[in-house]
Amino acid sequence: MKAIRNTALCLTLGALSATAATAGELTIATVNNGHMVEMQKFTPHFEEANPGITVNWVTLDEGTLRSRVTTDITTKGGQFDVMTIGMYEAPIWGERGWLEALEFSDAYDVDDILPAMRGGLSHDGNLYAAPFYGESSMIMYRKDLLDAAGMTMPDNPSWGHVQDAAAAMTDKDNGVYGICLRGKPGWGDNMAFLSTMANSFGAQWFNEDWTPALDSPAWNHAVNFYVDLLTNYGPPGSAGNSFNEILALINEGKCGMWIDATIAASFVSDPGQSKVADVIAFAQAPQAVTTRGANWLWAWSLAIPAGTKQADDAKTFIEWATSKEYIELVASENGWGSVPTGTRQSTYDNPNFQEAAVFAEAELKAILSAEPANSTQNPSPYVGVQFAAIPEFQAIGTAVGQQMTAALAGEISVEEALEAAQTAADREMSKAGYY
Amino acid sequence: MTDKQRIILKNRIAVTFAWIAAILFFFPIFWMVLTSFKTEGQAIAVPPQLFFEPTLENYLEIQERTNYTKFAINSLITSFGGTLLALMIAIPSAYAMAFNTGKWTKDILMWMLSTKMLPAVGVLMPIYFLAQKFNIYDTKFLLIVIYAMMNLPIVMLILFNYFREIPKEILEASRMDGTSTFNEIREVVMPLAWGGIASTALLSVILCWNEAFWSIVLTTTDASTLTAFVASFQAPEGLFWAKVSAVSTLACAPIVVFGWLAQKQLVQGLTFGAVK
Repeated sequence: MKAIRNTALCLTLGALSATAATAGELTIATVNNGHMVEMQKFTPHFEEANPGITVNWVTLDEGTLRSRVTTDITTKGGQFDVMTIGMYEAPIWGERGWLEALEFSDAYDVDDILPAMRGGLSHDGNLYAAPFYGESSMIMYRKDLLDAAGMTMPDNPSWGHVQDAAAAMTDKDNGVYGICLRGKPGWGDNMAFLSTMANSFGAQWFNEDWTPALDSPAWNHAVNFYVDLLTNYGPPGSAGNSFNEILALINEGKCGMWIDATIAASFVSDPGQSKVADVIAFAQAPQAVTTRGANWLWAWSLAIPAGTKQADDAKTFIEWATSKEYIELVASENGWGSVPTGTRQSTYDNPNFQEAAVFAEAELKAILSAEPANSTQNPSPYVGVQFAAIPEFQAIGTAVGQQMTAALAGEISVEEALEAAQTAADREMSKAGYY
Repeated sequence: MTDKQRIILKNRIAVTFAWIAAILFFFPIFWMVLTSFKTEGQAIAVPPQLFFEPTLENYLEIQERTNYTKFAINSLITSFGGTLLALMIAIPSAYAMAFNTGKWTKDILMWMLSTKMLPAVGVLMPIYFLAQKFNIYDTKFLLIVIYAMMNLPIVMLILFNYFREIPKEILEASRMDGTSTFNEIREVVMPLAWGGIASTALLSVILCWNEAFWSIVLTTTDASTLTAFVASFQAPEGLFWAKVSAVSTLACAPIVVFGWLAQKQLVQGLTFGAVK
């Protein structure tokens, strides 16, 4: 009896401890964005075409995904065979040897990937992540409100014009606010937007000697403009708003304008989601003293962590998921309006896509105009539009973002916020040994 | 106003407050269930919609996209496994402390309880590295051990208090009959404290079921529980409130049913000795 009990216990513990890492089984970490969800649904097509490879999906929220993949890659944990990462991580991790360089067959047509995306995901000429969908930022606005105000929106408006339009469209009595912008703190939240705004005001994150430049008059001008704009014409509680909160507001018809990721265009112009889908129009991100760095560049991309035992299968998957054929597969099942955008020139050349996506032209123009290596008016030592591609930026961006949110919420003045931001950035850069 | 009328009035006021408190506690759950039957557009509508045409699309999408049963089974195994392991350690320990109280007993209990004040993230890296080293990362076994350790201080403290209510004379009588310590625990202490043990186990199961931090950090595919399942439905770019409400409803449902069925034991156990 005792022997049976012990055997049962051992079998139970053995079963409970069994690990999943078996040959041909890929574990892919991703986020719950619409295009990724669709990719999961299409996985059986990949498994059918590649017998012997099965795919396990691990879907995490963005913050958890970042910390999980960072921990996994730095500790060589080997939990994931394919990781969803962004344009910030790809060149940094590639340089450190944490990612496998990607080389694809001729049929993949790597030259079809938009140059801005290819460049942003490469280091030293090696591609370290393949873009699954990409985005820039642009203005999405209510044409009906602008028409009613007797105004028009040029294709490349100035910040002054945007301010005038916001004032004209604001109707607080009816719950309509002229402009909605991100306010929630985070390097990928309010600072993604504020960095592009600051760029267009002639500001930059770091001087050429890597000293932080947040105490410059250009930053002061940009942040004061941002705070005044949202205080006067933005919705209440802007300090807590990020992409999803504003998406909800604009879909309900509460925002006259929204400057954010181009991917939002497909949501706000979808009658199934938005009450104002038929009156939404698009323009390029506004400029102040320069157009450089006025709109961001980002790609949700697939990469292979160095040291995975399934590198070949992982590459096969990435080649499938980021190919022209995958885009055509999605188009054939869901329509051209639902394909992942921002990655391949061939998508934008396709007349069916041009017809289905009203935002296609504006989106492509925004993506093509973004130059991560030349995003500031004055020379700067870093690469990146809405971030500086250095490991220290994540901490700096988040600390600065908290100060900007405090200024927006009226807890401190813009001057105090920028002074505290400069001190925090200076401490971090000095500690990291930049000077 | 007579004394009787005054008592009735007091009772009515108390009952009214109890109802208000109950409604306040229940409202978020009610709203979650309601939102789960809305479209994403209806879920974010301003003003919020109480009356709408319900849809099952969120539940259908969850069914289509994921394997809910797998996550639910993992939650079930890890919650009950963790509770069982905690009880296996806590019952003999609480027995020893309740019936052989020494100079340091209270300090030991306090020290154990103080470990609950340590932020979980403080021990994340050591546990993460140990799990990798012993090749038990993403296993139910790991979560069972973590859950047991996590709840052990509370389980022990509650059991210690229950055991102290048992008259020592009963134990002395059994000892005079020559019973062993193991049999004394199994045949005397446990039957006498059964209500307390059951309610402690229920509490532990609920705490394990709702645990999110460790299950998100220490699992990927094989051992993920319902809390990790819920977290996976957050989206950085796109509306997700209705789907998260549906998935949260599915995650809460088993433990709500379980709590409903066991509410008598739970209330009985938690109020045990309260009117002594």
